[in-house]
Amino acid sequence: MKPVNKVEFNFPSNSVNEGFARAAVSSFLAQLDPTVADLTDMKTAVSEAVTNAIVHGYRDNIGIVYITVKIFENGKAIVKVRDKGCGIPDIKQAMEPLYTTGGEERAGLGFAVMQSFCDSLRVTSKENKGTSVTLTKFFERKE
Amino acid sequence: MSVRLLYKEGVLTARLSGEIDHHTSAEIREEIDETSQKLKPYCLRLDFTEVPFMDSSGIGLILGRIRLYKFWKGHVVLTGLSANVSKMVELSGIGSIAVIEKEAG
Repeated sequence: MKPVNKVEFNFPSNSVNEGFARAAVSSFLAQLDPTVADLTDMKTAVSEAVTNAIVHGYRDNIGIVYITVKIFENGKAIVKVRDKGCGIPDIKQAMEPLYTTGGEERAGLGFAVMQSFCDSLRVTSKENKGTSVTLTKFFERKE
Repeated sequence: MSVRLLYKEGVLTARLSGEIDHHTSAEIREEIDETSQKLKPYCLRLDFTEVPFMDSSGIGLILGRIRLYKFWKGHVVLTGLSANVSKMVELSGIGSIAVIEKEAG
């Protein structure tokens, strides 16, 4: 199926851009006329994915975070968050709730939140090449 | 993001205002910890009434403060949770180690 609309943007992995990234995605998805709850769920999932790229993907340097948002006629939205950072050596382990390499102040819930706030989550990663997180959610139209 | 701290009779209330994410939680943490370590209150009340958005960084923030307050046998209370913040708190299971007040205030 072809998307009815699409946006792509990228930004350096400064943590101050986390707020911008989720607000930009949320603003684009407003076209689907989503409920506030659905939109907030996707906003949260995007925030988690972008934070992972910044905290883990580019943990030792500043790199570029790439975001693509596609929306479809049936209310489906696909958000892809990519980085060209260090990659995840063991995706299965990284996705376990409470697992974190981020230190004491990180809850280790990022992937668990993405999973529960979206309809599907796909993660691909190559060490020293980068990570790609694809979030899919179906938005029910407000009546 | 801003934090307003109020101390009264052993209770430190932190009124959080704005979105909580990995970026903003660093600033909140510093402000709360500086005063907490000085006063060692027996209770920290985190007031989320003016927090429209929080991702899992907020859970890390709460967990970290629970850990800190354990040093002097204090505890942490969460109050004023919006639907979004509530959903995140429920998912994390943090309710078993922090007190959650249903009414804001």
